[in-house]
Amino acid sequence: MKAFSRIYLVLIFLLLYAPILVLIVFSFNEKGSFAAYTGFSFKWYRELFRDSTALQSLRNSLLLAISSAAIATVIGMFAALGLDRMRLRWLKNSIKAVTNIPMMNPDIVTGVSMLLFFVAVGGILQKINGNIDLIGFPSMLIAHVTFSLPYVILSILPRFRQLDPSLREAAMDLGCTPAQSFFKVEFPHILPGIVTGMIMAFTLSLDDFVISHFVSSPDFVTLPLYIYNQTAHRVKYSMYALCTLIIFVMVIMLLLVNFVSGIGERGKRKKETV
Amino acid sequence: MNQDVLIQLKGISKAFDGETVLDNMDLEIHDKEFVTLLGPSGCGKTTTLRIIGGFESPDAGDVFFDGERINDVPPYKRQVNTVFQRYALFPHLNVYDNVAFGLKLSHVPKGEIEKRVKEMLEMTGLRGFENRKTSTLSGGQQQRVAIARALVNQPRVLLLDEPLGALDLKLRKDMQNELKRIQHATGITFIYVTHDQEEALSMSDTVVVMSRGKIQQIGTPTDIYNEPVNAFVADFIGESNILDGVMIADRQAKFAGQTFVCVDEGFNQNEPVDIVIRPEDVDVVSVEKGMLSGKVSSVTFKGDYYEIIVDVKGFKWMIETSDYVAPDMTIGLSIDPDAIHVMKKSEYSGMFGDYSTFSEEMDHLSDPNPEADAEDAAE
Repeated sequence: MKAFSRIYLVLIFLLLYAPILVLIVFSFNEKGSFAAYTGFSFKWYRELFRDSTALQSLRNSLLLAISSAAIATVIGMFAALGLDRMRLRWLKNSIKAVTNIPMMNPDIVTGVSMLLFFVAVGGILQKINGNIDLIGFPSMLIAHVTFSLPYVILSILPRFRQLDPSLREAAMDLGCTPAQSFFKVEFPHILPGIVTGMIMAFTLSLDDFVISHFVSSPDFVTLPLYIYNQTAHRVKYSMYALCTLIIFVMVIMLLLVNFVSGIGERGKRKKETV
Repeated sequence: MNQDVLIQLKGISKAFDGETVLDNMDLEIHDKEFVTLLGPSGCGKTTTLRIIGGFESPDAGDVFFDGERINDVPPYKRQVNTVFQRYALFPHLNVYDNVAFGLKLSHVPKGEIEKRVKEMLEMTGLRGFENRKTSTLSGGQQQRVAIARALVNQPRVLLLDEPLGALDLKLRKDMQNELKRIQHATGITFIYVTHDQEEALSMSDTVVVMSRGKIQQIGTPTDIYNEPVNAFVADFIGESNILDGVMIADRQAKFAGQTFVCVDEGFNQNEPVDIVIRPEDVDVVSVEKGMLSGKVSSVTFKGDYYEIIVDVKGFKWMIETSDYVAPDMTIGLSIDPDAIHVMKKSEYSGMFGDYSTFSEEMDHLSDPNPEADAEDAAE
């Protein structure tokens, strides 16, 4: 029985990680082929860094991921603050439910509905001023903020709930204005939630293909879109190199998320034992 | 107005969700005084404290601080600091930074902050704890940090909301003495909220007894104990036998079917009154010598005395005596004139003071005040 479960585990991991492993190994293959491994080489990495369209799309992706994560984090923090302070329970719950819609909705539905929305609003804006073009970076930014917002709120809200309301009163009692009391007492407490939310928003944005596919324009292409366009033709081996790089970045991000939330967990457990 | 009055509440009313918590309350608190707001839960004592602290605003009435109206002054601008019921220490700061929090906010120079925090930690017995996380401290130590954090700002008034409620009995006694000592040393006005009458009597200069959003009596601990104004106060502070009576004339009260000599005067002739007699003021004598006689229905050994319940013509008296008497024995009771305390009739008349429902079990629950529990349940 024990041997069986071992085999099962190995099989699962094999199925999960073998494709990724193959991809990584062959990104270092000198000959651009799966037929034979002819030798270790950074050839495809060199080629990747000569591919200016790929690099441009990487820059676009990072710009979009950073700006959408930053905006979603700020909005999400204040949304969580507002939700936490809300007294009417039914209103609070219904707002929470509405906020979660982008998370539950299939990406394809969100993508199509956003496309329709941007086309309609973009048309109106064009009529007002011909120079305004909504579709492109602005539409991508709005879309990415929208779908990452619920994740940010969900990672911050529980932190607010754990906060003893008398801490806020104690801060005010000792001379804090309400704003000071937020930044000096509440903010340090919710910070791990904010960092987790921000990293989550960043990776979600970097990763998104379906929604981006609908709301992007040819002059603002992100990495996933670029890679997808490449696969329509003959696959460039520099794409394997690119994917390998992305995998490394993602692994580092994941470790970071675990590390940050780990700190929060430990703090909480210590408090409970007292 | 008295020169010495620091805080004055005038006609304060407050209701939560239509339920009146404070009802047209007036209160004056003097400088350097140790005042205790005492009452069962739901009596409005914590709300009074929160109004003084600025965390609640009254629906009606005014709050004056040093002669100035402060109704609309937010908590962070009041010369008042609070020790919260569950300490409310900042979990992300160590002991030193918790205590220094208020001083840093008011931009006190760094050197002075260090000096004052050190002094305060010394005073509260927390030297050497500077770098400890607050979550690693015991309840008593956390309590001291909370007190140090409030006092280091040298407030005019310190508000304490049942600060010892979460501590065990021995620690509570120690902290009571500690608080009293700190109050003497600093000369800061303390306003202390508790439902523990023993705590209130042993610590305070002035006790304010509250019930149902109203002040029942203000006085020194001895006044409150010896001269309760109504049946509620008499019952809430210590044990009392409360009987229906009539003032026949000055210094003559009739109760339990007999006329007694007492020391009270100034009542109308034949005015109905409440008579309070403390259990320790009744002497057990032989039946022939007794003013009253009755049958012992229960005896409980309390260590340095016996607590006995005596049935006198249907009314059950509680008596504390050092002489052993056997259950079912008939004994005589003797009461000195100055042990008889006469009170005017009030809304609380007839609600307390008869031990006919008293039993061993209720004693174990140490429940001196069934009315308080009823209010608890209503909350």
